[in-house]
Amino acid sequence: MEIPGKYVREEELRKMKGVIEYVPKAKYSYSAGQALSVFLRGLKEGKILGKRCSSCGRILLPPREFCESCFSPAGEWLELPQTGRVETASVSYISAKRGKLERPEIVAIIRLDAPGYRGDEPEFPGIFHRLCGVSEEDVMSGRVFGARVRARWRPAEQRAGSITDIECFERW
Amino acid sequence: MRTNVHVKKRVAIVGAGLTLFARRLLETPAELAWEAASRALGSAGLALKDIDCVVIGSAVDGFDGVHMKGEHIADGAGGLLRPTVRVAMGGGTGVMVPIAAWWHVASGLCKTVLAVGEEKMSHAYPHPQAVFAYIWHPILERPLGPNLIWIFALEMAWYMRECKASKEDIALVSVKNKRNALDNPHAQAAANITVEDVLKSETLVWPVQLLDISPVSDGAAALVLADESVARRITDTPVWIEGVGFALDSSFWYNRDLSYPRYVEQAARMAYKMAGIERPWKEIDIAEPHDPFDYKELHNLEGLMLARKCEAPRLLKEGHFERSGELPTSPSGGLLGMGNPIAASGLMKTAELFWQLRYEAGARQVKKAVHKAVASSWGGLMQTSTVIVLSR
Amino acid sequence: MRTAIVGIGWSGFRPSVPELSFTEMMYEAAVRAYEDAGVDARRDVDVFVSCQEDFWEGIAINDEFAPDPVGGVMRPTVTVAGDGLQCVGQAYMMIRSGLAELVAVEAHGKPSDVKTLQEIYELALDPQLRALKPGNPFFLAGLDAVAYMRRSGARREHFALVAVKNRRRGLRNPRASHAASIELKAVLNARPAIYPLTRHEIAGFTDAAISVVMASEQKARELRSEPIWLEGIWWSTEVGSGSVEWHEWGSMPSARLAAKEAYRQAGLKDPRRQTDFAEVEDRFSFMELLFLEELGMAPEGAHKLLESGYFDAEGSYPVNPSGGSLSLGTSFEATGLMRLLEAVLQLRGEAGGVQLRGAERAVVASWRGVPSYTSAVAVLGR
Repeated sequence: MEIPGKYVREEELRKMKGVIEYVPKAKYSYSAGQALSVFLRGLKEGKILGKRCSSCGRILLPPREFCESCFSPAGEWLELPQTGRVETASVSYISAKRGKLERPEIVAIIRLDAPGYRGDEPEFPGIFHRLCGVSEEDVMSGRVFGARVRARWRPAEQRAGSITDIECFERW
Repeated sequence: MRTNVHVKKRVAIVGAGLTLFARRLLETPAELAWEAASRALGSAGLALKDIDCVVIGSAVDGFDGVHMKGEHIADGAGGLLRPTVRVAMGGGTGVMVPIAAWWHVASGLCKTVLAVGEEKMSHAYPHPQAVFAYIWHPILERPLGPNLIWIFALEMAWYMRECKASKEDIALVSVKNKRNALDNPHAQAAANITVEDVLKSETLVWPVQLLDISPVSDGAAALVLADESVARRITDTPVWIEGVGFALDSSFWYNRDLSYPRYVEQAARMAYKMAGIERPWKEIDIAEPHDPFDYKELHNLEGLMLARKCEAPRLLKEGHFERSGELPTSPSGGLLGMGNPIAASGLMKTAELFWQLRYEAGARQVKKAVHKAVASSWGGLMQTSTVIVLSR
Repeated sequence: MRTAIVGIGWSGFRPSVPELSFTEMMYEAAVRAYEDAGVDARRDVDVFVSCQEDFWEGIAINDEFAPDPVGGVMRPTVTVAGDGLQCVGQAYMMIRSGLAELVAVEAHGKPSDVKTLQEIYELALDPQLRALKPGNPFFLAGLDAVAYMRRSGARREHFALVAVKNRRRGLRNPRASHAASIELKAVLNARPAIYPLTRHEIAGFTDAAISVVMASEQKARELRSEPIWLEGIWWSTEVGSGSVEWHEWGSMPSARLAAKEAYRQAGLKDPRRQTDFAEVEDRFSFMELLFLEELGMAPEGAHKLLESGYFDAEGSYPVNPSGGSLSLGTSFEATGLMRLLEAVLQLRGEAGGVQLRGAERAVVASWRGVPSYTSAVAVLGR
């Protein structure tokens, strides 16, 4: 039985007539909204701000206007410690567009030291960011898992109210 | 929440069809949809005029490079001059298509439904990775310049640590699925490889290496669903949809333990409850869990309660999941062996179970007798699960 | 088995809502809908449905952000790439199948976040068509308008009259941020934006989020003494956006087919006599007339009835008493739900300044917009 679908090699495609090249012109200005605007302003000032759900008491980081588990408005703002532990990490050798990177990037999920948390809860205030001062070997050997890290900030004058105002999380 | 409150109608799958899965196909997205759809119709002995409703599944518009992709391929999917709708759940789309088609029939409003999944990833040039940059949160994540594989690597590393699973243990999934695909004429990435081959392949984002991942592909898959009266008329061997389940976890993926996919369990419980299955690890004979990455198959198997937490790597090593094993998984070759045109590959998994349950899978037919089967697709920021339970 | 709408909520309805993210708008609409229905999202709702499209959101795999703001986390949540009315249709099927008793449906649009709207519409065209560089993709509506004029005998004046009727009517509706006190002359004297339509005859864009709670008959009766019944709903696709050449120009078969089945479900034989008003497609002025004909509301010719004031709010059969899209704007996949919202409030007697008297049953009809040929039609009753 013949299977529908004709495979085309890259070189063949380039030689074909009528191939249309088109770059989508898609630009957006995403509204950060009530919660993230305050969070981003906090980053500019060198603070990590979270919210506490007034219903379940959970600390919401990144902050949101509502707690998605209780489906109720999130309560008060609080400044969180800038330290935490590495839950998981990886080493990237490729760029966002699949090109080879000169220097690998190490990223991690960091569980922040939030008040009222023991540190082993399945849900936790967390942040997704780069690690610095950590070697590929540290990650691959598993040494970095559970490691204590803290936020390293860009100089105040370079901060723009972006997640990248934190340069990375470093070991200490 | 209470689902499956009073489902009465039985819904059957009566036909299935696939195109070739390949890195780049000559056909347009609509043509691919048509090829799979007409193959499925033909296998059911039906023509397009016999179809009441159409459900399209396609995951990401950015791949095909067309906004409102469902409208774009509606003609190819047989959707003209009839009710046509498209579900889009990222990687979870594949199994969501037959689920949505199920409620079309179960509602009593459609007697026959054509369910079509299509993805043409080669349109994204030079590499579909660039499209994946847009899956991330635009404010919190995208400024970090992430590539798609980061999130999988973070999850895989967590799973390995939590379950004390080694890279070697996990690579066995890739070895098994690519070998299974050798018997699948639609496959893109069938191969006889060893664990060493996986471990020697290019490291993309540690711990993920090239052969841990399913390749990007073009392709389409289709099913024909029918209500009980039509199904009994046109075939002696309908395959029944016994249960459907779906669940979405929060988009804040770095606020939770990723070593276990709780949302897969949630979706599975919904489907099993509808199917009257209480002990899936005993009652399910064959499974097509989502395997875009090798560890994902193990992760999904645990979420589907076909293995205990962290038990899947050991069962795999013991041959439990081989075609000759107690619970064959991904006998089709899975996404690792077949290629991964996202919405089509999930639908392909349901199609494979359809063939297996009818003993029509030829060289791929599993050794044991099969009565009940489960397929799942997984997607999003470690949050989407869609599950379907079939029986003969 | 009957299906009802037991709760509805909205957020936004302004050309720009810069102070809220799209998820915050969804949350606000959802909270209002659940409060309206008297249900707890986390405890009571069985399934959540969201209608959205990747490129409207600027996010690939847009289901990622669907569950949190509607209470759907770790619940059966499904995203559909279609108009909100198609999502209502999915919920209708789920309830009829017995899968669920209570389903929450959501659709939203934040066009003010999209900086390249015209280019996004262009991206929906077939690549072969894009290569012709046709300019504003709304040209497809212009082609339909001209074909409709030839077919029906309607003139530009009739289209302008629709714009005047709807834009003025919206002045009484607090959600209608594009309402205007305009004169027929001003519409006709404006330079055509897409011939034969002037800018007054093309709906603007609105940021909006709408949530609807739907229930089985039994559940509906527990929750409300007077639910709004969804008596019928259907949708249809005429041609694909890759096969626009096959479109029956100047007609809208998708609306015709959707209406036929929705009427059958609702048991309607003569929709104009058996319903009291309609909220119908009018994002381009002529579409209102075209839809009325396809919906079987104007066998005499819609433009002739329009001339006589038949479709005015005070007329025999009010059409778009809310002000329609020309007053409310359009909001991507939420557009169909905007019409549904206005019809539900009207039937409940909660339409405020645009309230009609004694409305018992309504038809809601919406198109998915350029370059689709997909429409959905619903019949609602008290």
